[in-house]
Amino acid sequence: MSVLVRLARQPFALAGLALVAVFAALALAAPLLPLPDPDATEPANRLAALGAAGHLLGTDQLGRDVLARLIFGLRVSLAVGVAATLAAALVGGTVGLVAAFYGRWVDGLLMRLVDVLMAFPYLLLALAVVAALGPGLTNAALAIAIVNVPFFARAVRGQALGIVRQDYVAAARLAGFSDLRILLSEVLPNVAPLLIVTAATTIGWMILETAGLSFLGLGAQPPQADLGSMLGDGHKVVVAAPHVAAAPGVVVFVLVVGLNLLGDGLRDALDPRMKGVESGAPQPATRVERGMTGAGSGPNDSAAVLDVRALTTAFATPRGSFPAIRDVSFTLQAGEALGIVGESGSGKSVTALSLARLAPTPPGTIVSGEVRIGGADVLGLGLDRLRRLRGDRIAYVFQDPLTTLNPLMRIEAQIVEAIRPAPGEGAKAVRTRASALMADVGLPDPERIARAYPHELSGGQRQRVGVAMALANAPDVLVADEPTTALDATTQGRILELFARIRRERGAALIFVSHDVGVVACLCDRIVVMYAGEIVEEGPARVVAARPLHPYAARLIACAPRLGQPDKSLAPIPGAPPAIDARPDGCAFAPRCDHAVAACRAGPIGLEEAMEGRRVRCIRWRELSGEAA
Amino acid sequence: MTAYALRRLALAVPVLFGVTVVVFLVIALVPGDPALAILGSYATPESVARLNAELGLDRSLPARYLAWVGAALTGDLGRSYALDRPVLDEVLERLGPTLILAAAALTLSVLFGLAAGVASAVRQNGWVDRTIGLALLLGVSTPSFFLGLLLILWLAVGLGWFPTGGMSALFGGGGVVDLLRHLVLPAVTLAVVATAILGRLTRAAMLEVLRQDFVRTARAKGVEEDRVISVHALKSALVAVVPVIGLQAGYVLGGAVYVETVFQWPGVGRMLVEAIGRRDILLVQGGVLALATLYVAINVVADLAQAALDPRLEA
Amino acid sequence: MRLPGDSPPPHAEEPKGGRRVEARAASSPLLEARAVTRRFGGGGWFGTKRPALVAVDNVSLPLGPGETLGIVGESGSGKSTLARMLVGLLQPSAGDLALDGEALDLGRGADRRRLQRRAQMVFQDPASAMNPRKTVGASVEAPMIGLKGWDAPRRKARVAELFARVGLAPEHAARHPHEFSGGQLQRIGIARALSADPRIVVLDEPVSALDVSVQAQVLALLRELRAGGGLSLVFVSHDLAVVEALCDRVVVMRRGRVVEEGACRAVLSAPREDYTRELIQAARRFAA
Repeated sequence: MSVLVRLARQPFALAGLALVAVFAALALAAPLLPLPDPDATEPANRLAALGAAGHLLGTDQLGRDVLARLIFGLRVSLAVGVAATLAAALVGGTVGLVAAFYGRWVDGLLMRLVDVLMAFPYLLLALAVVAALGPGLTNAALAIAIVNVPFFARAVRGQALGIVRQDYVAAARLAGFSDLRILLSEVLPNVAPLLIVTAATTIGWMILETAGLSFLGLGAQPPQADLGSMLGDGHKVVVAAPHVAAAPGVVVFVLVVGLNLLGDGLRDALDPRMKGVESGAPQPATRVERGMTGAGSGPNDSAAVLDVRALTTAFATPRGSFPAIRDVSFTLQAGEALGIVGESGSGKSVTALSLARLAPTPPGTIVSGEVRIGGADVLGLGLDRLRRLRGDRIAYVFQDPLTTLNPLMRIEAQIVEAIRPAPGEGAKAVRTRASALMADVGLPDPERIARAYPHELSGGQRQRVGVAMALANAPDVLVADEPTTALDATTQGRILELFARIRRERGAALIFVSHDVGVVACLCDRIVVMYAGEIVEEGPARVVAARPLHPYAARLIACAPRLGQPDKSLAPIPGAPPAIDARPDGCAFAPRCDHAVAACRAGPIGLEEAMEGRRVRCIRWRELSGEAA
Repeated sequence: MTAYALRRLALAVPVLFGVTVVVFLVIALVPGDPALAILGSYATPESVARLNAELGLDRSLPARYLAWVGAALTGDLGRSYALDRPVLDEVLERLGPTLILAAAALTLSVLFGLAAGVASAVRQNGWVDRTIGLALLLGVSTPSFFLGLLLILWLAVGLGWFPTGGMSALFGGGGVVDLLRHLVLPAVTLAVVATAILGRLTRAAMLEVLRQDFVRTARAKGVEEDRVISVHALKSALVAVVPVIGLQAGYVLGGAVYVETVFQWPGVGRMLVEAIGRRDILLVQGGVLALATLYVAINVVADLAQAALDPRLEA
Repeated sequence: MRLPGDSPPPHAEEPKGGRRVEARAASSPLLEARAVTRRFGGGGWFGTKRPALVAVDNVSLPLGPGETLGIVGESGSGKSTLARMLVGLLQPSAGDLALDGEALDLGRGADRRRLQRRAQMVFQDPASAMNPRKTVGASVEAPMIGLKGWDAPRRKARVAELFARVGLAPEHAARHPHEFSGGQLQRIGIARALSADPRIVVLDEPVSALDVSVQAQVLALLRELRAGGGLSLVFVSHDLAVVEALCDRVVVMRRGRVVEEGACRAVLSAPREDYTRELIQAARRFAA
């Protein structure tokens, strides 16, 4: 269903579908059409030109009607292409499935056989098969099918290997299902889309290659004719009567273009990455489209190193554009550490990434707000000035150090790349600085690590490299986006200690994004709690962690288990956070909140100044904190 | 790296073994009597039997295979009955022109394919991307035998810029300039499909890499965008593209069959088509074996190049 | 089917058999891993030989009826490999499993099914644990088909009962996995594990892919199951606080070996081994 809808959204794919439909209709209806006998020769009327009486596309060297031969040839070519594709898909698909599912020696044996078939230059094997079986259309189709079996086998095996490792296959084993049942009910349905796509993108190719064999005289034998053998006939008279070759040539080309357009469309429609409205790789910087009223209001805090005002970043979804974060404002003073806490989908990472316009576009667009670093509005900068700001005034440490380092570059090169040389500073001096940075972040044996590639380091070492790169130019603001989430507990502790030490020694202002209130309370001065894209509470870290004002923050802290308190009640929060495109009108937490009243759902709720430098987005915080007290 | 190279070479051995088995079996299992096919239907039973013995067809399959491989290893691929000369001589003579043609086509397709793919990915979803995308789609849909005919009609017959076929002029030919003039049309014809495939693959690989976290890291460090594309993204994309260049060598070697036929290029491809027509089975066997071995070697080189790009593969 | 104890298990004559029988008499383990080792890799075709990785190294582990056992360790400690061996998804390279004191030969389909009727599993990533092309109801029914052979009406009734038990409406059974949140899927995964009435459920990091507020929902459900009695739980986690909140007994693993084991609260409040102490410190250092 949704696949057809996505297919229909692509104009090229629809054009392909139309072409294929026309050709298929012509081929199917060929015997019903008022055409002359395609095999009737008329020696007196050889090589008649285009538009000759009774022969719209002229005649060939035996005086046969080119149009009639073309449509019957199309019929043969299509039938042969479809049959060869089905055969290759069936055999190749089965081989791939069985190889992936049984693994071990079955996989080894089958894949070595496939390797051998693939060791022949494409078409050469087909040629050898035809040489052995003798020329003829069936043999040519068979040869082309054999040649394509490895493509299907490899594609299906690759996908099936991923599926066989999925836990639902393990669950089916635990359910006592037989191998055959698991293959048919768990693996095959999940491989089927790929099989369809491979067939759809290969059929044009197979038609071309079968036509090619016929062109060489190894496929269709007279009087049978397909598009390729017609081209072969036309080849012989190409100078005298180019139309005899051009007609089948154009038809086979347009047919294959149509099939490929349709196949590409089908692939995109079935590819999960294409599900969004916009897809593809992120642009160098988040798109900024601030309306007239978009810029932030209120006086700027000139003392702050970072001043964020009313920042709103929207994400495109199939159902339209929705804010992933809305109206986010906070400031960061020199040397201060601010923790941003929230669950997945709360907008904490989007907030952090939007500061230097690193949130991905597509799907993200910054639609309003201001981000001031050292007085300049980052959102208004040109790409080149933005680039010079990044890594220099604001630097990042990301979550998974394995994926955030370039796997093909040595560690030293990646650190050197981060360093902005002072005027006149030579390459050697820069390398010395890189070495000093590595020592600074506690990397043992910097000499060896400098020459290493990321995969040769441990997770903790990699994250230290990430920190070294971020510190390279003594940034005013260091943004760490869940820098320890991907690490083991003991490593996590050491990296957190590194951040604590950097704060003490360097005095850089830090933004620390985390899902863990406890970690943030230990490391940061202030804390911002986010829910459904909004700041719901802000205040001194330890105070908020101990006595939260917002009901969400309170429930979040209450439901986290704590070591040493095995009997803690862990009251779960019912329900789930709202999806980005389904935020309620009033308080986003109201549907899950014990204290919600009608007023909570009535309309937008502002972030209100509360006691001692705290802000909270809740209309009932006063009464609730009274209750608590 | 040396250890990896040795391992990769070792992996080629069973594949080559398989190749020889397939080549041998395909020909050995030919229905009908090859001796009769060679000698024609007027042959006497005695001469058929003598030829069968000479070809070793009266022995068991494994014995025939061993004899054939043993001989092939010493360079003895048998004799072409139609040409009345050793298969090896004929194949070697024809291999040169095919190599020139294939190398030219592969070079063109790598240059233009990579350029088109990178340009397309960087200008993702813009008009440059759409135009290149459509051109590449037309490219993969092109029947090269038909394209060759069109080019001959237009540029050779019509405009007279290039010769219609062959590898050198009958009179005064033989120089490099003459060769290049003859090479342009067949090389372009052969390169079109490979260019299109490489272009599409490069675009996909680039987009995949540009989505990776380490590209975001490079941008967060303030690395120039040109450097992000060329050093970080393209190099990673090449890890995926290089083995496909190896595979495209297979397309080019196979596609040479059409192009050599259309342009009367005196290479192995045309030789094979003619040999199949004459049922000159030993010549087909020799030609296929030579091209397949060459192709296996090219793929070993491609894999080594990939390992040189990606340090993780050496481990 | 043989009943436990109606003939001596084949290894009873082994030198260590006596000790084992004694242990059984004392605590009568429902399921026991006996000196299991699991190696990965090693060998292979054409020069791909690499040294084998020993994921689990000579681990013995009894599981008593109604007991909740935590297995903690960092990545690479072998805890997930051990969990998969306990339900027969992986076969030990050495050592074996005993169910009700009887050795199982996991190479035999019949023995694997015997184990699976008793022991089921809940997986870490709820999204990958449900076939995206099947309704969640069909996924929950699978063990009833494969292990119990129940008819459709009986299965439907059981699915409705299980969905209610894990806090979902019966009509949810007709939906596909993508229509659920991670927490809901994990509760459905628990329903599937319970569907064929096992006596043991092995949970492999069941809450680590979940957000804290959702994790609490799943932990609440697991606490209920534990309180219900009769079910033995094996809870694999890297999170000491979660294990402490749920388990009676704990096993600390490192590099495939058991470092320390004992009553959960005792081990976590007064560890005897340095490594356990280090783990606890890491968890405590940055907890407010």
